[in-house]
Amino acid sequence: MELLVDIQKKLLGFELDVSFEADKNILGLLGASGSGKSMTLRCIAGIDTPDQGRIVLNGRTLFDSKKGINLPCRKRKLSYLFQNYALFPNMTVEENIGFGIGDKNRKDRLAIISEKVKLIQLEGLEKRYPNQLSGGQQQRVALARALAVEPEALLLDEPFSALDDYLRGQMVKHLTENLSDYQGVTLFVTHNMDEVYRICHKLVVLSTGKIEAKGRKEDVFKSPPTLIAAQLTGCKNLSQAKYISPFELEALEWGVRLKTGCKISNQIKNVGVHAHLLEVARDEKEDNVFKCWPKSTSETPSRTIVYLLTKSDKQEQDHYTLQWEITKQTWLKLKNKPQPWYLKINLNDLIIF
Amino acid sequence: MSLMDFSFIPIILSLKVAFAAVIIVTCTSIPLAGLMAKREFLGKDVVESIITLPLVLPPSVIGFMLLFVFGKNGPVGKLLEQWFHTRIVFTLAGAVVAAAVVALPLMYQSVKVAMENVDPNLEKAARTLGAKELRIFFTITLPLAWNGIVAGLVLAFARSLGEFGATLMIAGNIPGKTQTMPLAIYFANESGDTRQASILVIIMTVFSFMVIYGLNRWGKGSQKDRKGGGDHA
Repeated sequence: MELLVDIQKKLLGFELDVSFEADKNILGLLGASGSGKSMTLRCIAGIDTPDQGRIVLNGRTLFDSKKGINLPCRKRKLSYLFQNYALFPNMTVEENIGFGIGDKNRKDRLAIISEKVKLIQLEGLEKRYPNQLSGGQQQRVALARALAVEPEALLLDEPFSALDDYLRGQMVKHLTENLSDYQGVTLFVTHNMDEVYRICHKLVVLSTGKIEAKGRKEDVFKSPPTLIAAQLTGCKNLSQAKYISPFELEALEWGVRLKTGCKISNQIKNVGVHAHLLEVARDEKEDNVFKCWPKSTSETPSRTIVYLLTKSDKQEQDHYTLQWEITKQTWLKLKNKPQPWYLKINLNDLIIF
Repeated sequence: MSLMDFSFIPIILSLKVAFAAVIIVTCTSIPLAGLMAKREFLGKDVVESIITLPLVLPPSVIGFMLLFVFGKNGPVGKLLEQWFHTRIVFTLAGAVVAAAVVALPLMYQSVKVAMENVDPNLEKAARTLGAKELRIFFTITLPLAWNGIVAGLVLAFARSLGEFGATLMIAGNIPGKTQTMPLAIYFANESGDTRQASILVIIMTVFSFMVIYGLNRWGKGSQKDRKGGGDHA
C-alpha cells in the first residue's frame, strides 16, 4: 500500500509545492489554516486539479500532468471524509453508508452495511436521518460510509474540527480503533498538533504551500528542522542563536549560553525548547542553568504557564523571554520561593536548526 | 339569467393549457437549471439572460416574436406545416406555447436557486464514492432541490393559467377553442356580460390567493424543519 504525491498548484497568494509518500501507517498533514493542506488532499481526491505533478496510488497513476492523465474522482478508489461530513441529508444512515457500495446484490450490500454500522456502534439508528444524529454520530456515519467502498486510500480533512473538546477526545480514540483494521493508505489533515500526535505515525508539516518538515512524528516533534515547523509542533520558546563552539551556542533573545548535546554547525540560526521541558536546577553551577524572574502567569484548568524574564532589569510591559509550563502543584510549591530562580535546560532537549 | 348561461369551457381550456404548459416547462427547466447551476461554460450569462427575458418583456412583444417564429412563414411554423401538416397559430397548442414561454423563467429561477443551494460538498462526496454525474443529479441534487421544484411548479401553473397578451396574439380569441379564462374575462367585460366576467374573476382570484397562501405556509413549514433538525452541517 503506497501513495506517491508530487504536485504543484498555484493558489491565491502562494504556490503549493508538496511531495511526499505514504504507506499504511497513518500520515498526518499538519499546518495552519490556509497552508495548503486541505488543497493537497483535494488534489489527491480529484476534487481539485494540480497544475503539475504526479499522484500514484498502488502503482495506478491517478494524475500525471506530463502524460496527461487525470482520473475522475469516482475512478480513483479513495474516500474523502469532509470537514462537515457531507452526509446526504435526504438519506438514512444505512442509505448513506450504502451509497458507494458498487454492483453488489442486495444481500451483500446489507451485510456490508450492517458490518459498518456495527463497527461504528450505531446499531438501532440505521433508519435515522443525519439531522437526527449528534455531531459525533454523524462523523462516525461519514467514516463508515467512507470505509464501505473499500477505498485504497482514506483522506480525512479535519474530521474533528466541528466537535467540542470533550467529544473530540473520545472521537480521536474511536477513530484510531476503527482504523486499526484498515489496510489502505490514510492521510489525516489537521491544524491540531495534539490530534496529529495521537493519531499519526508519520507527519508532514506544511506552511504556505511548502513542506517544512517530514518524518516520524517523534523525530519531527523532538527536533523540528525549521522555525515554522517548530512553531507548528508547539515549541513555545524560540530564540535566535549564535554559534560559539561545536558544543556551545548563545541564545541571543534569552541572553543565555547553552551547551549542546550534539555537535552543531556554525550555520545555526535558531534554538528552541518546549515550555514543559524547563526544569528547576538542583545546583546552580551545572551546565545550562540560568537565572530568571517570573513576570506573570496564565492558568489553564490543570496547568500554569509562567512567563519568565532572564534579566531582572527588563521591565517593559508584556515582555517575557521564556514560557514555562508546569502543573498547578509545582506552581503552588514554587511561587513563594526566593528569586531569582535557577532553571535548567537539558542538553538533549534543545532544538537547534 | 340562470347558472345555465355560464360557460365553463374557458375554465376547462385554461386548465388544459396550464397543465400542458407546466409539463413542458418542467421538462425543460429542470435540466436547464441543473446545467446552469452546476456547470461553467462560455456564454452562460447570455443563455441565462435569454431564459429570463420573458419575465420582463411586454406580453405583446412575446406574442409578436412567437408569431414570427411559429407563423405560417416563420422558421418553425414552416417546418410544422411541411412535416406534420399542422400549425399552432390560432390553436390551443399556440396558447400552450405562449404559456410555457412566460412560465419557464419562473420555474427555472426557482429550481436553479434551489440547486445552487445544495452543498457542493455533497456532490463531491458522492463523486469520491464512485457515483456518476447522472446518479448524483437524481439521487442528491434533485431531491435536495425538491422545495424549489415544487414552488416553481406552482408558480408556473399559476402564471400559465393567467397568461393573456401573448396568448391573444398567437392563439387568438376563438370561443370554445382558444378562449381561456383571462381572455373570456376581457371579452365578456367588453361585451357587457359582467356576470360571466365576475364569476371568472372570483374563481381566478380565489385560486391565485390559495396558491400564494399555500406557498407561503409551506415555505415556513419547511424552514422550521430545517432549523429544528440542525441539517447536515
